[in-house]
Amino acid sequence: MRSGFTAAEERFRVEAINWLEAQLSGPFRDLRGVSSMSSPLERRKQWERALGEARWSCIGWPQEFGGRDASLAEQVIFAEEYARSGAPGRIGHMGVELAGPTILAFGTEEQKRRLLPPIARGEQFWCQGFSEPNAGSDLANVRTRAVSEAGADGAQWRVNGQKTWTSLAQFSDWCFALCRTEELSRGHRGLSYLLIPMRQSGVTVRPIRQMTGEAEFNETFFVDALTAAGNILGAPGEGWKVAMATLSFERGVSTLAQQMGFRNELQAIIAAAQANGMIDDPDIRQRLAHAHAGLKVMRYSALRMLAGVAAGTLSNEAYTYKIFWATWRKKLGVLALDVLGPRGEIAAQPPYAWDLLPHLFLGSRADTIYGGTNQVQRNIIAERALGLPREPRG
Amino acid sequence: MRFIHSAEQQLIRESARSFLAEHASPARVRAAMSQPGGYDGQLWQVLSGELGWTGLAIAEEYGGAGLGWVELCILQEEQGRRLAASPFFGTVALAAPLIAATGTPAQRHSLLGRIAAGSVRIACALGGSDGRPPCAGVAVQRETCGDGFSLSGHSDFVIHADSADLLLVLTRAKAERGAGSLAVAVLPARSSGITIEPHVMLDLTRPMSRISFDDVRVEREQLLGEQDSAEAGIERALNLARIALASEALGGAEQVLEMTSAYARERVQFGRPIGSFQAIKHRLADMMIAVEAAKSAAWYAACVADEGSEELAEAAAIAKSCCCDAFFDCAANAIQLHGGIGFTWEHDVHLYFKRARALATLLGSPAWLRERLARLIASGAAPTPVF
Repeated sequence: MRSGFTAAEERFRVEAINWLEAQLSGPFRDLRGVSSMSSPLERRKQWERALGEARWSCIGWPQEFGGRDASLAEQVIFAEEYARSGAPGRIGHMGVELAGPTILAFGTEEQKRRLLPPIARGEQFWCQGFSEPNAGSDLANVRTRAVSEAGADGAQWRVNGQKTWTSLAQFSDWCFALCRTEELSRGHRGLSYLLIPMRQSGVTVRPIRQMTGEAEFNETFFVDALTAAGNILGAPGEGWKVAMATLSFERGVSTLAQQMGFRNELQAIIAAAQANGMIDDPDIRQRLAHAHAGLKVMRYSALRMLAGVAAGTLSNEAYTYKIFWATWRKKLGVLALDVLGPRGEIAAQPPYAWDLLPHLFLGSRADTIYGGTNQVQRNIIAERALGLPREPRG
Repeated sequence: MRFIHSAEQQLIRESARSFLAEHASPARVRAAMSQPGGYDGQLWQVLSGELGWTGLAIAEEYGGAGLGWVELCILQEEQGRRLAASPFFGTVALAAPLIAATGTPAQRHSLLGRIAAGSVRIACALGGSDGRPPCAGVAVQRETCGDGFSLSGHSDFVIHADSADLLLVLTRAKAERGAGSLAVAVLPARSSGITIEPHVMLDLTRPMSRISFDDVRVEREQLLGEQDSAEAGIERALNLARIALASEALGGAEQVLEMTSAYARERVQFGRPIGSFQAIKHRLADMMIAVEAAKSAAWYAACVADEGSEELAEAAAIAKSCCCDAFFDCAANAIQLHGGIGFTWEHDVHLYFKRARALATLLGSPAWLRERLARLIASGAAPTPVF
């Protein structure tokens, strides 16, 4: 057992750093450090295309679809260096990290050849259509309906319903959505995993304003929206299985990159504490040390998970990872405001825009909700990892 | 990326687990609690003898197996699961690294050779009576006396002192001004001028004593290594010992989690196993979250110990604070979730609760270790460049 990476893996790291530095000090220097959607969309799309052209967009994918067949360790290293370099948040991430891997796992050859290369090249963007107003923690309660029918260009699905929390829907070309395709079916039976073009008259996107003041995600309405019969992953009625696979891709390689962002937040808090003298407060010192230890433990756990995936022995740590980081980051948000004091409660600019640390305080309240609430996570841990009896369900 | 135990390491764990299930059963642990010396002599004999555990992490040139801290910490974790009552930690995970880090080649050869052979039990007297972690509370003074030294003062909270053959004593030179240099003296536990008074401790599975030194004479060769250069070596050894304690706490936490989950699956109230209620489930889930974090921290620190990395002090502080907090929280929850039976002397859960508290205190509490981390953070020494 060793704590770090091999020498060959470290050489790959240097290659990644060199490319990122050349881009972010050169043609894309205006995008370094950009995290929100505030920068111009066209620049962000140019960045995605540059990643694709240099084959850094989806390095874990097979070469024939635009990847590099990179090992898990190489994917982790690139993700770390990507975050460390201050490269911008990826507007392509739903396609690259969720849609793409799901298509690789469940798509037909035709679907892979048609859908994957445009994602890898940074030409087509995706959003996720899972949650609905009445399907949150109880995701299987999906009511959006899709009916198979004959269309002018062959068989097609006609989709009606409402999805919510659809991040990036306003920029997306495609939506991967869970739809009920069997009349009168309930729960996770009778669902299908459809791929729906977003640019059509039957799709309406309406932004939702969040407690941070921003509108990152949306409600998406499907009113007689259409998609070709071939735009389905897995067999009709097997959508639940496919969706669960998509959710499992949500964890994994990106976790170490995410931690790099947490590290930047913790460093900003430490710098603030040093600037205003709170670094000498005994309670703040304990909490900073606690936060630092938690961040390191997350890194150790991620290394453990990834080594386990590579060895095919992934076990319990995978269940506990999400609730651990989400709970940690929410605490970090409170610590940030305690360090800043009253000044942390003054907005950066009107109407309601916030600097990094107050934004962390507000934004982190979502961490223990999305991707499975802490309460749902605890049920999963107790039932699947500890083997406790299931809650009786109605 | 190889942050996963090898097949050989997994084998060490499995054989230790099955050996301890038989030879450190709850009945054996309870029997040892009332023995003079407070340890299981038969267990010690087998693990230091035919199993060769005492030499596992000692270099082959001194007669050990030449494996590392990762393997030693596996043994610590498995002994922690069973609350094994033995002087293993003090001799193998505290005295041995102190000797390795500060001794001369001749001292290492002789003392580590005896530890590896299982022919000696060593207790380490490192702190004073206020119980502050070393090296802050050193209260044994070393005064030059002829060709050698005279030791006076006292040391408290010395693990397994009353059954030890040898003592390692952390001493401070008597100085006119400022703090004198630190040095570790090694001497027979029954030397003249030494009085050992055992306490009845909260944790009955790990006895501790107060030792008084009244003009105890030691020769120059009885000081480990060269004088004035001991501090860095002592600090390294203490960090290795902290990692070993973290592993022991991790093992204890894993065991109480398993005991309590099993109980929650079996115990029926209101016509249902209590483990089907979310109030119970969520507490158990929180215990598992703490245990998995503790595993990552302890295993990583053990790797760092073997890699000779500069991260040692940081990784040790993180591992010991994280694992001891996890063990205490798990043991406290275990009492609560067992209900009335969990408060009885007969049930084993209180033994874990007490061990958890005692482990948290040893060689620096979680809060004390976090203050150390805070100093690293405030000085900019951490977060480190590679994360």
